[in-house]
Amino acid sequence: MAGSGVAHLRPETERVLAVEDLVVQFPAKGGHTVHAVSGISFDLLDGETLGILGESGCGKSSAGRAVMQLPPPTSGSVRLGDEELTGVTAQTVRERRARMQMIFQDPVSSLNPRRKVKDLVAEGPRIWGREVTREQIEVVLRAVGLDPAVVWERRPHELSGGQCQRLCIARALMLDPQVLICDEPVSSLDVSVQAQILNLLEDTKKRYGLSMVFIAHDLAVVKNISDRIMIMYLGKVCEVVPAGDLAERALHPYTRLLLESVPEATASETAIGGAQRAGGELPSPLNPPSGCRFRPRCPLATEECATVEPQLRQVGEGHFLACHNSGPGASAAA
Amino acid sequence: MSSTSAVLQERSTEPGAPVLVVDDLRTQIHTPRGDVQAVDGISFTLGRGETLGIVGESGSGKSVLGRTIMGLYTTGPTMTITGRVLIAGKDVHALSTTALRDLWGGDVGMVFQDPMTALNPVKKVGVHLTESLRKHRGMNRAQAAAHAAELLNLVGIPEPRRRLDQYPHELSGGMRQRVVIAMALANEPALLIADEPTTALDVTVQKQILDLLERLQDELGMAIMLISHNLGVVAGRADRVAVMYAGRVAETADAATLFDVPHHPYTEALLEAIPRLHQPPHVRLAAIDGAPPNMIAPPVGCRFAPRCRYAQPDCTAAPPVLDAALVRGVADPRHSFACYHPVNAGGQ
Ligand SMILES: Nc1ncnc2c1ncn2[C@@H]1O[C@H](COP(=O)(O)OP(=O)(O)OP(=O)(O)O)[C@@H](O)[C@H]1O
Ligand SMILES: Nc1ncnc2c1ncn2[C@@H]1O[C@H](COP(=O)(O)OP(=O)(O)OP(=O)(O)O)[C@@H](O)[C@H]1O
Ligand code: SF4
Ligand code: SF4
Ligand SMILES: [Mg+2]
Ligand SMILES: [Mg+2]
Repeated sequence: MAGSGVAHLRPETERVLAVEDLVVQFPAKGGHTVHAVSGISFDLLDGETLGILGESGCGKSSAGRAVMQLPPPTSGSVRLGDEELTGVTAQTVRERRARMQMIFQDPVSSLNPRRKVKDLVAEGPRIWGREVTREQIEVVLRAVGLDPAVVWERRPHELSGGQCQRLCIARALMLDPQVLICDEPVSSLDVSVQAQILNLLEDTKKRYGLSMVFIAHDLAVVKNISDRIMIMYLGKVCEVVPAGDLAERALHPYTRLLLESVPEATASETAIGGAQRAGGELPSPLNPPSGCRFRPRCPLATEECATVEPQLRQVGEGHFLACHNSGPGASAAA
Repeated sequence: MSSTSAVLQERSTEPGAPVLVVDDLRTQIHTPRGDVQAVDGISFTLGRGETLGIVGESGSGKSVLGRTIMGLYTTGPTMTITGRVLIAGKDVHALSTTALRDLWGGDVGMVFQDPMTALNPVKKVGVHLTESLRKHRGMNRAQAAAHAAELLNLVGIPEPRRRLDQYPHELSGGMRQRVVIAMALANEPALLIADEPTTALDVTVQKQILDLLERLQDELGMAIMLISHNLGVVAGRADRVAVMYAGRVAETADAATLFDVPHHPYTEALLEAIPRLHQPPHVRLAAIDGAPPNMIAPPVGCRFAPRCRYAQPDCTAAPPVLDAALVRGVADPRHSFACYHPVNAGGQ
């Protein structure tokens, strides 16, 4: 399968994580195939945060899990440092992946309901046979804004949604990762705790030279934490843009649609106008549209869009676009 | 989804009567370490077609409030509930177990906060939807399946027929959340309690779902209690907003007033913590210092005092009560707050 292009990838020597032509498929009834991720590529520099935005169901979590090899992708390559993670034995994966951690999307369901907070935090290191002191656990709990004295003996169901999410972040930090993949890590938090966690991730990143992949739906949150933002649609990459340019310079019709749909917390906010509703035909990963996958919803679609898949190409400093209708006209039309 | 408005009218009491009345509601959770006063004296009413937004600190009791209103939490060995909840005139905490079951999926629907815990991992998506349709609306298997597919279509899930045949883990996070929304809407409830219904949705789908709820509100007069951390969503969709802190309402007003002239220091701090799209990346966000109170032994006086930048000695003596704001000396019944030293209160 043709990829969505690799123009946005950086020189090999600078990357801590390199994902190339990643494909994730699931078998479906009747011999069909779910095309969850269809040949995406991305990389991470040391200390960089890549934000991923995209339609619900476009393959963000599948991509994150495939990078972790949980489960391994259908095809494609994932390199952590200079070590390949795909096509090696499960044991080798486990060893090589040790410095990469993922915070999963549904916080509560990833926790063993019978374990107490103090044990849940220590679980990761213990699996690796490392002993953990009470103090280490307390430090990390405090770092995520949980009071050890209050939550120490609690089980997951005794925590609020946001408290659970903070616990999950504490668990990941306990393993001192080099690359952290966060799947919707703040979507269940109030804005103050969200601010706390984003600040915390920013600090941790600096202190440990951590690189991050950060998946979320809130554009302002993603912009705040990221250096670079990748926008996905139906298993493909449609745009890669420097975080600072997201609001003003993004060009892809889907990115513009996202920007127009953002609800703003201001007194003057009324129903959000502008953004068009998806047409009758909902895009499906079982039978993706030919050419550009955004075509059925795109106001700018032309005949070319139905036959030729757009590839990522550079349109500005650190800015890459996969759309046939680019250049100055595209931003005017959005 | 319009054929049943007749049924709905029959269900509700006289027009104008509130769909939901919550009166001095308190939920105490008994734990081995002590009693958690999760909801501590909350009162409000919600009329037909109205949306009340509930925002507030994580752990402030929003979900417990929703579950207590639903009658999912009742007085028993682990909990004590006092106060009253009336839904369409029925006293929820006086209902029998059977009557409660009729209420759920009948007059009231709930979208639970964590979709995965609301879905049974070994049951297919279709079963989740059809069970209640068959029970509450007497549909046969085929009718229920057809209606279930229509519901999934309504919440914007592509290829609904195929999705009915899948297990929850085969869906993306946002699809699972929309399944839970479809379940809550299946029987066109008079009251919808939506606990963080759009956290897993991208902004375009989020907008579609909120538009859908608004449409159902117009068509059916559904009342909505919208619990959300997304202040943008609440600003755009709620008629009134209540800000909760540590089990109590700190401030309540219509959305525009609340975001424009917040009087409670906690509301003000909450608004400051929001990242804005026009800010450059990596700006330090304004989190509220300190930790939320331990709800087993909350501070006496104002519960926000340990974290409040305006706190003065009188704040810790007795709890401030929720009182009407004054606009040029006149009490504004639509805007109340609980604070001794309000902000933006120039004319007070
Ligand atoms: N285990 C699985 N079996 C079958 N299909 C799956 C499985 N996991 C994911 N899918 C499908 O793959 C597609 C992508 O799902 P994924 O969870 O990666 O989306 P996402 O971008 O994370 O969405 P969201 O924002 O809603 O979380 C969806 O159509 C989903 O139904
Ligand atoms: N079953 C329980 N046992 C003990 N404590 C509980 C239980 N359920 C909730 N709590 C506590 O009650 C308080 C209120 O919890 P609730 O889930 O209502 O918070 P919330 O406002 O919904 O938070 P969030 O925004 O994080 O979802 C929290 O301090 C929580 O830890
Ligand atoms: S203009 Fe064509 S290529 Fe660009 S997003 Fe629209 S359909 Fe796709
Ligand atoms: S009563 Fe005092 S401590 Fe409480 S919010 Fe008002 S100023 Fe702050
Ligand atoms: Mg996901
Ligand atoms: Mg909650």
